[in-house]
Amino acid sequence: MFKQSIGKKSNRVKNTVERGAVKKFAESIGDPHPVFIDDVAFSRNIAPPTFPRVFDYGEIEGLDLPKKGLIHGEQNYHYERPLFVGEEILCFAEVEDYYERSGKSGDMGFLKVKRYGEDLEGQLIFSEEQVVIITEAVRKEMRV
Amino acid sequence: MSALDELQTGDKLETITLPPVSRIDLIKYAGASGDYNPIHTIDEEAEKAGLPGVIAHGMWTMGNLAKLFTPFYEHGFIQDYSIRFKGMVFLNDVITLHAEVENNDKEQAAFHVRAENQKGKAVIEGQVVFSKREIKAVTY
Repeated sequence: MFKQSIGKKSNRVKNTVERGAVKKFAESIGDPHPVFIDDVAFSRNIAPPTFPRVFDYGEIEGLDLPKKGLIHGEQNYHYERPLFVGEEILCFAEVEDYYERSGKSGDMGFLKVKRYGEDLEGQLIFSEEQVVIITEAVRKEMRV
Repeated sequence: MSALDELQTGDKLETITLPPVSRIDLIKYAGASGDYNPIHTIDEEAEKAGLPGVIAHGMWTMGNLAKLFTPFYEHGFIQDYSIRFKGMVFLNDVITLHAEVENNDKEQAAFHVRAENQKGKAVIEGQVVFSKREIKAVTY
């Protein structure tokens, strides 16, 4: 069950805010602004706020999410400062909560996963919280 | 004083209308984000999931909505960005991006944000808090 995963964390994984990845990402959301991609006009570039999608946060032991059938309910980002292109960061994830509610289409499971990005000294740069809705049909298939 | 400081509660940022959503937009986002869930790119997979056709990644729409604030980056950064996904975005939908000032003080400006489809229905909705702490590195 997902409830057993509450509080479980992944090990930290080192990620680089790669210049090419930031450019490709900014273009894919139709926002190729110089602040993200032009390193001549800017002494340093930053990454778009939703860029942390691309990082590796490691595996949370025992948390096996299906690849299909999940509904993304909510997404929240908090930044202490923007991410700089080229910097190295440490990322990890944590299961924050899981609960079930009955709805029109059966029992729905709500899984809250929190992800973090820190600098190499362990200072928080950003955190993100994702709420994923797991429908009854999907849970049956997973036999959880 | 910057254009950001002049904004008052109830003021709206200039709306952006995106070109009709195309499959290539979603393929590009899949590649750039690493989210290869096939309901966003392959019709058969979307239909198997009970959808009438492929739907945009919610995060694609959320990523797009943030560009309303990109012109302000010389005055600060997005500190908090909170979104609820409310409706699906299909191919050829025309999405408009909206932001309205909730409050604005010395330290930060808060905006109610939403993306709407061509029927005026909100597909994502939430809040942006823009911090006016200038980032040293971002100078023109």
